[in-house]
Amino acid sequence: MAGGFPLLSGVDLELSSSSLTVLVGANGAGKTSLLRLLAGLIGLSAGEGSVLGLDLATVDRRQLRRCVGWLGHEGSFYDDLTVSENLTFAAKALGRPLDNLATVLERVDLSGRRDTVAKQLSAGQRRRLGLAWLLLRRPELWLLDEPYASLDDDGRTFFDALLGEVVERGAMVVVSAHDPLRSAQLRPRTLRMSGGRIVGES
Amino acid sequence: MIRVALLVAGKDLRVERRSRVLLWQVVPFGVMALLLSGLALGPNRAGHSTAAPGLFYLVIVLVALLIINRSHAIETTAGTRASAATLGLDPAGVFLGKAAALAIELWLTALVLLAGSVVVLHTALHGTLAAVPSIVITLGAIATAGTLYGALTSGGNAGATLLPVLSLPAFAPLLIAGERSFTSALHGGALLEWWIISVVALAVYLALGILLYGVLEES
Repeated sequence: MAGGFPLLSGVDLELSSSSLTVLVGANGAGKTSLLRLLAGLIGLSAGEGSVLGLDLATVDRRQLRRCVGWLGHEGSFYDDLTVSENLTFAAKALGRPLDNLATVLERVDLSGRRDTVAKQLSAGQRRRLGLAWLLLRRPELWLLDEPYASLDDDGRTFFDALLGEVVERGAMVVVSAHDPLRSAQLRPRTLRMSGGRIVGES
Repeated sequence: MIRVALLVAGKDLRVERRSRVLLWQVVPFGVMALLLSGLALGPNRAGHSTAAPGLFYLVIVLVALLIINRSHAIETTAGTRASAATLGLDPAGVFLGKAAALAIELWLTALVLLAGSVVVLHTALHGTLAAVPSIVITLGAIATAGTLYGALTSGGNAGATLLPVLSLPAFAPLLIAGERSFTSALHGGALLEWWIISVVALAVYLALGILLYGVLEES
């Protein structure tokens, strides 16, 4: 609820593995709220739902959050840590081995930037650092809040290629965006949102 | 819990070392505040020494408020907050880690301020050194209480101004106990009862933080 109005209402959504779903809508349509609900960042006040087999009404949200990957458009890491320090922190926090750090950095094309402080990265590089954080985690459910914001065409192409790989490996990916994806290869399911509801699908 | 605490403390200290806010902003602010306090007392050296413990803790509390706000500001940018939340870190470990990093930053600042009080406020060196154990405990308690209150106020829009309003009443007994034990170390007098207050406060705030930090984070 926000100011007495429900953030989401009448949302009926089912996701399957190896899928890419794009939530499209104007500001305030409810895209980010839906992503935050799926991530366990906000609770369910009414209705029912489950994410990765966990009941949203009863789940310990901390347990749910550990199972999903989140990438926000604002940046998803500590600005005063270097690229490798950020990733090392995330890996250690999750109890994951660090041996694939170099591979992940190479995949997101940040090998040469491993000792660069995050706040000195460009917008595209910051987004790739966020992706590296997720690649290190390999979550089953990826939730990306406006990941294309302030990316140039090269950045978008890079992002699309990586999302394609992730989906092919079996992950569920949900992306929020103002406009439908331009990529012809990804063929996502596009849900149009307005006023906290899903009002159309293509 | 200890693993998470070490991880979080290491991260917070690394962020602080890299940003150098403590070194170039907080410590100089504390030194200037101590210097101005000395000037305000006038040229009477005996008066300086008598007022030194109180002034030291007054400056420490101002410095602590800056460090606490900063410690929580690291976590509260929208994207970082959400991403860190999806790491599912044990809140008790996060609390202990943040409190430990805060305590270390306060101890380092106190070292500079104690040297400053010897030079500017003319406190006796042996008495100042005798006060160090009680200062370590009192600042540890301020760090644990500050971490708790920092989490309480960091979510809102007015966190920076709300923090002193809420935390100063909690700091008051610690400041009194710290000031009394520092005075006793300088000029003679009972130490034990003031130590007990600081130790009990440290234990209480540690227990409260371990139990409640997760609830505060969620709210």
